[in-house]
Amino acid sequence: MALTKNKIVEQVNDLGFTKKKSVEIVESLLEIIKRSLEENEDVLVSGFGKFCVKDKSTRRGRNPATGDDLLLEARRVVTFKCSGKLRDRINSGKE
Amino acid sequence: MNKLEMISALKKEANISKSEAAKVVQIFFDSMADALSEEERIEIRGLCSFFIKNYKSYTGRNPKTGDKVQIQPKKLPFFKCGKELRERVNK
Repeated sequence: MALTKNKIVEQVNDLGFTKKKSVEIVESLLEIIKRSLEENEDVLVSGFGKFCVKDKSTRRGRNPATGDDLLLEARRVVTFKCSGKLRDRINSGKE
Repeated sequence: MNKLEMISALKKEANISKSEAAKVVQIFFDSMADALSEEERIEIRGLCSFFIKNYKSYTGRNPKTGDKVQIQPKKLPFFKCGKELRERVNK
């Protein structure tokens, strides 16, 4: 069982919005987050963590299956850094 | 962008009040934090997925002093970027 968009939409629905509007609101929120990262701007959420955009330079790599050398192009990736608060919460539970 | 900026962007984009936008943003991150603290996976299509990774205890070093330190076992959320986000960020 995983947390999906649907479950978030259901909770927004509980605020009193129609089903259609709830979907629209959640999609808007996702779009805002994606657009910010696309524009190279980090997304900081206190108590949760930060989504950062990082530039990776070109590097030589290897195809792990065949062992062939290959060149990995420079690219831009999104990284996530968990906040201390969330990390403590995750680790305070049962082992 | 921080949470406040996200709330005002959502207010404008979804045409809802500021307090409604604040509640939605809260619901979004609270439900993700709740899921992770119960070691439940998260799958938000197009954005990202998360799962909890267990790290074993290991001997690390204080990078400043070089002293050996025993790192306790820990759990951390592992982030995987969604396809749409990955492609949009890297173009």
